[in-house]
Amino acid sequence: MEYFLQQLVNALTLGAIYGLIAIGYTMVYGIIGMINFAHGDVFMIGGFIALIGFMICVVLGLGWAPLAILLVLLLTMAFTAVYGWAIERLAYRPLRGSFRLAPLISAIGVSIALQNYVQMAQGARSKPHVSLVQGGFNLYSANGFDVRVGWLQIVIVVVTVALMAGFTLLINRTALGRQQRACEQDMKMASLLGVNVDRTISLTFVMGAALAAVAGMMFLMYYGVIDFFVGFLAGIKAFTAAVLGGIGSLPGAMLGGLLIGLIEVFWAGYFSSEYKDVAAFGVLILVLIFRPSGLLGRPEIEKV
Amino acid sequence: MALSTVAPSAAAPDWPAALKDATITAAIALALGIFVSGFRTFDQGGLKFDYLIVDVLVACVVIFVGRLGLTLSSSAPVATLGLGVAALLAAAASFAAGKSSFMPSVFLSVVCAGAGLLLVIRGGWALAGRSGGGAQAIHQGGSALSQAMRLAFPWLGAGLFTFAVVMPFLPFADQRVMDLAILILTYVMLGWGLNIVVGLAGLLDLGYVAFYAVGAYTYALISTQHGLSFWVCLPIAGMMAAFFGILLGFPVLRLRGDYLAIVTLGFGEIIRIVLLNWIDFTKGPDGVGGIPGATLLGHPFAETAPEGTTTFHQWMGIDFNANHRLIFLYFVILALAMITNFVTLRLRRLPVGRAWEALREDEIACQALGINPTNTKLTAFAIGAMFAGFAGSFFAAKQRFISPESFVFIESAIILAIVVLGGMGSQLGVVLAAVILIGLPEWFRDLGQFRMVSFGLAMVLIMVFKPGGLIAHRDPTIRLHPANSRSGGR
Amino acid sequence: MTAPLIRVQHLTMRFGGLVAIDNVSFEGAPGAITAIIGPNGAGKTTVFNCITGFYRPTVGRLALNHAGGEFLLERMPGHEIARRAKVARTFQNIRLFPGMSVLENLLVAQHNKLMLASGYSVLGILGVGGYGAAERAAIDKARGWLERIGLLEHADRRAGELPYGSQRRLEIARAMCTDPVLLCLDEPAAGLNNRESAELNELLLSIRERDKVGVLLIEHDMSVVMTISDHIVVLDYGRKIAEGAPAQVRGDPAVIRAYLGEDETTPEAAHG
Repeated sequence: MEYFLQQLVNALTLGAIYGLIAIGYTMVYGIIGMINFAHGDVFMIGGFIALIGFMICVVLGLGWAPLAILLVLLLTMAFTAVYGWAIERLAYRPLRGSFRLAPLISAIGVSIALQNYVQMAQGARSKPHVSLVQGGFNLYSANGFDVRVGWLQIVIVVVTVALMAGFTLLINRTALGRQQRACEQDMKMASLLGVNVDRTISLTFVMGAALAAVAGMMFLMYYGVIDFFVGFLAGIKAFTAAVLGGIGSLPGAMLGGLLIGLIEVFWAGYFSSEYKDVAAFGVLILVLIFRPSGLLGRPEIEKV
Repeated sequence: MALSTVAPSAAAPDWPAALKDATITAAIALALGIFVSGFRTFDQGGLKFDYLIVDVLVACVVIFVGRLGLTLSSSAPVATLGLGVAALLAAAASFAAGKSSFMPSVFLSVVCAGAGLLLVIRGGWALAGRSGGGAQAIHQGGSALSQAMRLAFPWLGAGLFTFAVVMPFLPFADQRVMDLAILILTYVMLGWGLNIVVGLAGLLDLGYVAFYAVGAYTYALISTQHGLSFWVCLPIAGMMAAFFGILLGFPVLRLRGDYLAIVTLGFGEIIRIVLLNWIDFTKGPDGVGGIPGATLLGHPFAETAPEGTTTFHQWMGIDFNANHRLIFLYFVILALAMITNFVTLRLRRLPVGRAWEALREDEIACQALGINPTNTKLTAFAIGAMFAGFAGSFFAAKQRFISPESFVFIESAIILAIVVLGGMGSQLGVVLAAVILIGLPEWFRDLGQFRMVSFGLAMVLIMVFKPGGLIAHRDPTIRLHPANSRSGGR
Repeated sequence: MTAPLIRVQHLTMRFGGLVAIDNVSFEGAPGAITAIIGPNGAGKTTVFNCITGFYRPTVGRLALNHAGGEFLLERMPGHEIARRAKVARTFQNIRLFPGMSVLENLLVAQHNKLMLASGYSVLGILGVGGYGAAERAAIDKARGWLERIGLLEHADRRAGELPYGSQRRLEIARAMCTDPVLLCLDEPAAGLNNRESAELNELLLSIRERDKVGVLLIEHDMSVVMTISDHIVVLDYGRKIAEGAPAQVRGDPAVIRAYLGEDETTPEAAHG
């Protein structure tokens, strides 16, 4: 029971991170119907920018944790967003109207380029990071087993929930959100009605990248280590989360992230940690075979 | 600029707009590079970093100049030419100054020189176009060249094959060249195998390396544990890989294109993770060693013979030479690759091959014509997997040691890039692409990570500028009227 | 009276809450042209999609009868409908294999026959067995169709390069190369000029007379429908509102109302 509770706390934290990345996949898929294979690497870039941001804070003598975290958060989001924008502009926009698999192949190219760029610039070895937020409290103790909740875990969950709430409002209540949904339905019609389709798609990538940046920063703080390759696995798991929740659906991405977090942590906790990635991949395959529209997605009707 | 009056321009260059555009481009480059490249972290009793901000700033200046030059190339080609020459001069000065150069790194000097060259070419091209008919002549020359290329295809194929056969006996074929040639041929074979799946049937398979791994492990485990020879194991390995292809393909082949891609990637990773963790069976991360090499009619290529056999050199009555083994391996992979090619070309002209291509073009129409899409895709998947299995067991026999590390996702991506760059469905394209993507980077090994960055960027650029690949031309598999330029299309 | 080639009974198709077809029944006679007409969104293409297996009907029976036996189409997967029940179709927005040559398009249509002849590719690869003869027969058949649709000299061009009208005719020829007993044509005259649509009439009549193939035809062009149909079924909002010979349907008040609307609007479709 205690062990179960502890795993649950850990799963929630991990699920929050996956959910943040999954939103980027789901939004991009919703609007232009492509799997942004490089999104996991944008997440990784976010982690590195956060790492360097924290180090600069130390050099500048900024020691007060809340301020440092806020500053690094904003900086990471802003600079990673530029990556999202640039990738869309250079590698995907010229391919609209090309053959079906062209954007995916291009995205794989971007992913390879980004990973190796970071490896070239920062080296292949994983970078340790000492989190500014330490400690925690005992949620519950029994049978000599403490269920611990780290302050950091609380920060992660709170930031994630706040961002997701703000984000849902943004999509549901603002003109930008409306334009996005219009493009999702029918890009040609939207542009005839005066929606700037290019700008809307760009903004989608910018927002997705900013959220992935937050996830990257959380990942760095939570695991205390980052390397150039973390984006690959995290990206695929987040994509699984997006598919599981129903690709194209924002609440689905959050739910999917949570479920993938749960599956991974409990699989590692109760079965074997070696095969925890197999569990995630297995879920992806099973969902795609048996329920390709996901938990909260609408089924697609094939047009003949 | 006074020079711009020399060439009367159709549209006057809009300098403020061009400057603004170049400034924005440079600013974006700065934003992209400042953190990841501007601070180089290293671990030395805690994480520290070096400042490389100057490098990033210099790079941004180069980008500014390059972007400005490119924007102006249509309205003010002379300015482009001037900027290009300036960049070349700066690079030359930097190279001449050596260590005390104003450029923070040699790499940047190279980039600067490249940018200068690009601008000079663009500017010169545009100027030639201005001075009447120049561009047209170039254009005509280009189309004549592509016409000549098309006529030369069948001969190019035959020529390449002849060269491949005599290559090991040419004077430059030392050990390094032979190793590289074997490597390239392995990728040619893998590319041809994947071409069936991606190029013909249009199924994006991101886990192709899994079947390569199945083939390699099948041979490695059977030969080390049961002592069967390479030639017995080869068909078993192919069969095993095809079996895995059917096993994995059956449930997922009705998925839409991009979903299929991700699922195959998942399968690829699952197989790798299982190889890594099923230690009793596969020896896990340590890999399988001591794999027997391939033999020629039972004669191993070794200095001293294992019990009960005679080595190749004893059998032939010549002195031992380590190169014999390489030459032998080279011909084995050449033969395997040519079998792959032959079978593929043959299949393309059979109903099943045409059904693959029809499926790639329009699955719904295929269904309306009574073609079973799942079965047809499955055959493509299984046959593609089988060739990967053959290649895998060759790989194991050549390396004598395999571990899961050889079968990571990036391998699948490289094979896919070969098919895509070559031109999906084009057999000759795969050969050219394998030489370019495997051969060139091997020669430039010193460039290290940079070659993988350019590899990724190349995939993007191909998709943007030449989505059909190097050879986008497709000949019909059958003709009603004999054509005057009939192509064998190797 | 001969037994119907196809008998559609109580066909109903729902997508979520939307009822696309509501309890439609009709029959198509062998060797006859049966037209399905109706305003846009009446559910005509959905009927085709049910018959050819792209949709599974919510309710209803689709029985096809020919010398090879009786087939319940609602229970068969799409490719089996084409292969065993011998139903062929064309599509509203042409679905050729644009990157393949005209001849290859017609050979793909004869896939199952050729596949058998090539010993499921095994004998074909080895170059033994009667594949060569089978392929020659298939090419002859394709050549015959190319002559009939006037595309013989374009046999080696890419199908996607052909002009629109030729693509329409090629798609019909491709469907005919599967040796169907029932041919479903989804707006074959759409986008054709007067001359082309007259040629199409000829082609469809020759398919009825020479090949003895039953045709189901969805068409908006009343000059085609009224000239060549033997029987017309009229759909509106997913329901059958009238049925009968061309002259009969033309005078039916329900049909006029469906096309012209309850109130007065410009007549556009029901002439001819």
